[in-house]
Amino acid sequence: MKAYVIRRVLELIPTALIIVLGSFALVRLAPGSPFSSEKEIPPEVRRQLDAKYGFDKPLPEQFLRYLGNLLRGDLGPSTKYPQRSVNEIIGDGFPVSLTLAGVALVWSLLVGVTAGIIGAVRQNTIWDHAAMGAALVGISIPSFVLGPLLVLIFALRLHLLPPAGWGDWRHVILPGLTLGTIYAASIARLTRGGMLEVVRSDFIRTARAKGLSERLVIWRHMLRGGLLPVVSYLGPAIASMLTGSVVVEKIFNVPGIGPYFVDAAFNRDYFLVMGIVLLYAFFLLLLNLVVDVAYGFLDPRIEYP
Amino acid sequence: MNQPVLHPDGSAAESAANSPVGGTSLWHDAWKRLRKNRVAAGSGVVLLMLAAACLVGPAVIAATWGYDYETQDLASGARPPSWSHPFGTDFYGRDLLTRVLYGGRVSLTVGLLAAVVAATVGTVYGAVSSYAGGMIDSLMMRVVDILYALPYMFLVIILVTILGKSLLLVFLALGAVGWLLTARIVRGQVMSLKEQDFVLAARSLGTSSRDIIFRHLIPNTLGPVIVTFTLTVPSMILQEAFLSFLGLGVQAPRPSLGALINDGANQMLVFWWTLAFPGAVMAVMLFALNFLGDGVRDALDPRMKH
Repeated sequence: MKAYVIRRVLELIPTALIIVLGSFALVRLAPGSPFSSEKEIPPEVRRQLDAKYGFDKPLPEQFLRYLGNLLRGDLGPSTKYPQRSVNEIIGDGFPVSLTLAGVALVWSLLVGVTAGIIGAVRQNTIWDHAAMGAALVGISIPSFVLGPLLVLIFALRLHLLPPAGWGDWRHVILPGLTLGTIYAASIARLTRGGMLEVVRSDFIRTARAKGLSERLVIWRHMLRGGLLPVVSYLGPAIASMLTGSVVVEKIFNVPGIGPYFVDAAFNRDYFLVMGIVLLYAFFLLLLNLVVDVAYGFLDPRIEYP
Repeated sequence: MNQPVLHPDGSAAESAANSPVGGTSLWHDAWKRLRKNRVAAGSGVVLLMLAAACLVGPAVIAATWGYDYETQDLASGARPPSWSHPFGTDFYGRDLLTRVLYGGRVSLTVGLLAAVVAATVGTVYGAVSSYAGGMIDSLMMRVVDILYALPYMFLVIILVTILGKSLLLVFLALGAVGWLLTARIVRGQVMSLKEQDFVLAARSLGTSSRDIIFRHLIPNTLGPVIVTFTLTVPSMILQEAFLSFLGLGVQAPRPSLGALINDGANQMLVFWWTLAFPGAVMAVMLFALNFLGDGVRDALDPRMKH
């Protein structure tokens, strides 16, 4: 396994390079420029701005300079917020998005896996239909509807939690639940589907035959074998939770990095877009590596390729 | 009971219809079991009725009441449900029922087609990658990682700039990301399946890799694939709304279900019906699709025969 992990980490170097190059190309080749969005700028000012950020150089040269700075950990300046560097913006917003992602992840796993187990163990009974019906409600309700709905109930009617903002733990709950519910619903469906693939396997029959309690059979054998699809799903899902949700952070006025991305994309804030894209890519590569290693722990039959 | 009838011309469909012995293929068996499953069969009927309503509804309304999805009547704008407009009207006085049916047609087509393509591509890609293993698997999965990480929004913007707006491009844009999750899930399943005895047995009988992948491995991943498919459909429908927001996809005044839900959400506290009805149609569709999917999964599971 050690050899596998080492090889897998080495593979990440060319992969990451291609991602940096590919996203740089996509972001820069899209029509528009950081200074063309609002009012007309005099050509002279425009030329100075381009020179200030190095946009007057040929693209390959700009790319090499960006890559050099990136390797030193410098993500560059923001053209939309000239007083702040991309490092500062991400540094401020990331802890907020991370906190939110933590709550969302715990909530989604707790609810999703529980509902999935109920669905699989009590397959095609009223319990199954109720659990999966609830999951489907979660899938059908987009977060831009669920968020305001939760605010209406818990903040405006019951006055239990603040409607928006960021400060203490009470601000985390509603956005965390909103974000987590979308994922919980998918996790529930995938858990049920994965477990149904193993509930009638011989190794489950063996586990029961040797007298294991039903709880142990479910938790140690069925769930482990059944979690493969969920774990595959979690790699990209956690990566996008970590880089913040545009919709949820906007609804609850949370100062995470989610809203920055769409904003930066429309303003062609090149370095900020790249910074957030690469942050997501970093977590994606890391988490998919963790997922690949986790397969072997979940299913002992899997050999590291 | 009929005697098994031999068909020298070997026409499978005919023999399956005429004799109980002819129809023991996986698919025929599954179809029989699916029809017996009341929840799944009911969901299938609901889905067909919904599709039929979306298909002929707008034309029937246009013929009977004389308005379509873009006919404005500003004097009766933003009215709650009534006898003349069962789903109410939107801000411009357009009949919401017509718009929901018309939008449902667009979204149902786009969502289902894109999800079918995504499921097919993702399943084959994931299974081949996993079964091949080693360097090929590494290479194929790093391609998936790269496609996951590239800024999708810019890809769409560039595609629109180069190729212009077209329905084909909507499918391309949706398809570019839709298959990735399926590929990773199927790969995970096959990693476990390919170590099992039935694969060893098939291989020792001299079955080709191609047959092992398509006849032994992929049929065993269909459970998770169906679940992923039913998760992909709503995400494609909402993604289409995002694409039309970017200027690709269905453009106003033509509605799509995703776009209607987006619009409705913005004014749900004032005009609740503009969200409630598109949302309800989407929910009914997803419920039916999921229960039908579960039924198909059960029907295809050979271990559930008893």
